[in-house]
Amino acid sequence: MNSQLPILLVIVPLLAAPLCLFIKKPTLVWLFASIVSVLALLFSLIILSQVWETGELVYSLGGWQAPIGIEYRIDLLNAYLSVIVAALACICLLAAYKSIGEEIKKGKQTLFYVTFLLCLAGMLGVVVTGDVFNLFVFMEIAALSSYVLIAMGKNRKALIASLTYLLVGTLGATFILIGIGLVYMLTGSLNMQDLSVLLLSAPQSNTLFTAFTFFFVGTCLKLALFPLHWWLPNAYTYAPSIVSVFLAATATKIAIYILLRVIFSLFGSEFSYHTLPLQNILMTLGLAGILVCSVIAIFQQDLKQIFAYSSVAQVAYMMLALGMNNISGLMATLLHLFNHALMKGALFLALACIMYRLKSVQLSDIAGLGWQMPWTMAAIVIAGFSLIGLPLTVGFISKWYMLLASFENAWQPIALVILFGSLLAAVYIWRIVEKAYFSPLTTNNQHIKEAPLALLVPTWLLVLANLYFGIDTRFSLSISLHTAQMLLGVAP
Amino acid sequence: MSLAFIHISILCFLLVTVLAIVRMRDLLAVVMLLSIYSLLSACFFVVMDAVDVAFTEAAVGIGISTLLLLSTLALTKRFERPHRTEPVLALFLVLTTGALLVYGTLQMPPFGSASAPAHQHVAAYYIEQSFLDTGIANMVTSVLASYRGYDTLGELMVIFTAGIGVLALLELKTDTKVSRKTEIPAPMAAHHILRIVSKMLIPFILMFALYVQFHGDFGPGGGFQAGVIFSSAIVLYTMVFGLDAALKVISFAWLRFFAALGGLVFGATGVLALVSGKNFLDYHALAEDPIRAQHLGVLLVEVGVGITVAAVIILVFMSFTRQMAENGKA
Amino acid sequence: MNILESFNYWIVMALMMCGLYIMIAQGNLIKKIVGLTIFQTSVFIFYISMAKVTGATAPIIKEGLELYSNPLPHVLILTAIVVGISTTALALALVIRIRQAYGTIEEDEIRAKDRLE
Repeated sequence: MNSQLPILLVIVPLLAAPLCLFIKKPTLVWLFASIVSVLALLFSLIILSQVWETGELVYSLGGWQAPIGIEYRIDLLNAYLSVIVAALACICLLAAYKSIGEEIKKGKQTLFYVTFLLCLAGMLGVVVTGDVFNLFVFMEIAALSSYVLIAMGKNRKALIASLTYLLVGTLGATFILIGIGLVYMLTGSLNMQDLSVLLLSAPQSNTLFTAFTFFFVGTCLKLALFPLHWWLPNAYTYAPSIVSVFLAATATKIAIYILLRVIFSLFGSEFSYHTLPLQNILMTLGLAGILVCSVIAIFQQDLKQIFAYSSVAQVAYMMLALGMNNISGLMATLLHLFNHALMKGALFLALACIMYRLKSVQLSDIAGLGWQMPWTMAAIVIAGFSLIGLPLTVGFISKWYMLLASFENAWQPIALVILFGSLLAAVYIWRIVEKAYFSPLTTNNQHIKEAPLALLVPTWLLVLANLYFGIDTRFSLSISLHTAQMLLGVAP
Repeated sequence: MSLAFIHISILCFLLVTVLAIVRMRDLLAVVMLLSIYSLLSACFFVVMDAVDVAFTEAAVGIGISTLLLLSTLALTKRFERPHRTEPVLALFLVLTTGALLVYGTLQMPPFGSASAPAHQHVAAYYIEQSFLDTGIANMVTSVLASYRGYDTLGELMVIFTAGIGVLALLELKTDTKVSRKTEIPAPMAAHHILRIVSKMLIPFILMFALYVQFHGDFGPGGGFQAGVIFSSAIVLYTMVFGLDAALKVISFAWLRFFAALGGLVFGATGVLALVSGKNFLDYHALAEDPIRAQHLGVLLVEVGVGITVAAVIILVFMSFTRQMAENGKA
Repeated sequence: MNILESFNYWIVMALMMCGLYIMIAQGNLIKKIVGLTIFQTSVFIFYISMAKVTGATAPIIKEGLELYSNPLPHVLILTAIVVGISTTALALALVIRIRQAYGTIEEDEIRAKDRLE
């Protein structure tokens, strides 16, 4: 059983999805989906501990050895990401019963859970595979199901947001497919381990450069690196609340994972940082993204828009850290993969609570809500502190390592920009806090009660995780350190 | 030499077709040109020895894609509004990408060369060993269904997602029958020749689909192509005799069932291997003799693929048609 | 024959550029989806050109034949074709819904309606 865990991690949600169609009542479908996600989380945790103890896990599908067949190759990075995805899926499904019950028509709820499980399976499939084309196929499963999930939002803007995301996402995926084709043309293999060896000895040709560029642009489209980010704010804003939580916490992380694999495992950091001026590109676009998107966030009226633009800024932080090309920078990126999932997960879940009671997430509508929905708003405050990067929260840990990375390279101005970004985040968090706690209560809000426990419990689980992992940093730090060392090829 | 002439002229026709598509504003003409484009691509694939791919492109690109685009056109509008602004940014982006590609091709391995790296290593193993490992003559089938069978499961789930997505997105009352008021007469009812010929042909189309399904081991064919051909028979029936008649043959509920069933059959084949202590999708767990085991495994998964593909395509088409019925158009 | 060696790839590039152009520059949603399809199919032509070996035959084993074209890109493109049609089907369902919700499928008209809200 233990040795079959790598495949069970993906197969259980993947095959559970069509099985849902045989269950009649939406409530039972929800229960089934929740159990499946808990199983996935359990598997991912066991795999993580196995990889931590004994090293890489390898699994050959169909009994055919790679590179003849497809293999799963799970190292620390894969296991780490699979835990993040599975954990967020669990929490989302826990909250989904009430939230989706409210936002989606009864007849479509079963289809929602089917699509959600497919999205989960797709993401897990991307994260554990060791074959580039298998990565593409599962990436498309995750992508197509995301388009459907977003389009199930109530507002008609969800439809055009989903179609825009579809066009941009498919463009990115096709660029990645071109990259795969070019890389195959040079080496004759599709296995990532194999490619990392063969590409080193491939002649330094134009084709290699073109392949890398296509991979890079394709993944940047998917991870919403500024200025390729324009599809993201509307997609996150108009999607159903639970979908926003799940996608904000995981979708861009998956794309960042693919980029990390391309840079470090396929092409090698030596080649990657020198063929394109990668450091300059990532740092410039990162800095621009942080500043521009944080400023745009300050002027938004819709709470979900604020946090959607904030997400683009956070991705820009991760890319800035990646561009620094040192251990601390890479650690910061890896830490933020986890921390951002916790932060944004908590924030969007709190917004789901507000949406549930208020039926709106406009800034003007939450006047005085801090006293009517104390637990929800407190969640936003604490997660907001994490976003700004105050001590005792996970956000502080990520920012700390980013500052360390910029000092390591003796780039003090970058450190200043990072701190300025935190200040900008403080501004939009303050706007929300000010409205919720210091504005007079509107008549509409007088009868608003606190959100139901079913929504509050998952929200506070994530909020407490923000605090816990901000104080006891052993888990995230040790994994990030070992992963960063492994990726950069440095001895521990 | 003559073969080179053929493939160069096909490629030139492709380019001309696409240039025409760029300029056209009549969307019906655009869709027709797109199906010609798919036809030319299929011919090109045959010339390039990619017979399975040509088969699939012909079925999917010319058949299904055109069908769905025409259905969507019927529900929206036929002409594109002319654009007034100059697309400078678009041209710039396109030319940059083009320049990048040109730069990349300057040192690519030459076309058709047998010593190109792409043909060494893994591909060489397939060509030499696949018949000994699996006993299947069609190398594409053995790679698709056995060596890289897991990718095929993923692809099956992609098309399943599309089917579920269409069901989730279109607001249809699929549980109730279309009432008398909104019942549309079969669009082709007046075309007698079409009715008579369709009635004769549909059984043969279905049988051909079954033939393609099981013949994939020995020649071009397999689950996808078979599923598409099977669905085309039902689609033809729907177009000639009307949605109501087609729904009596197979209802939405059954379509959902079959869409799920195919994927589960594929998955079950893999899980069977797990249960026997081997890795997922390891067909050697299915029988004693490895060649028989491979044949059996490939058969099962291809059947699963065929069922889901047929069900999803019929489902998508019927959803679009049902949408037309509910909008009051024919 | 130098032209022949790269001719396939030149055409692939031209097709990709046209598809990309239609996707970005033209405002009608259905036209954009057509552009996406053209872009994707040009990538298929690229892969299949890569697989061809001069003087070889289709990768189906037959007595007496020695040289076969590379079957692996064929398998990859079979998968890619199915992914492509799935994306198209979903995109078209979205267009139908957008038409119902907005009354139009021209991108600038939709944006104008959204701005009014």
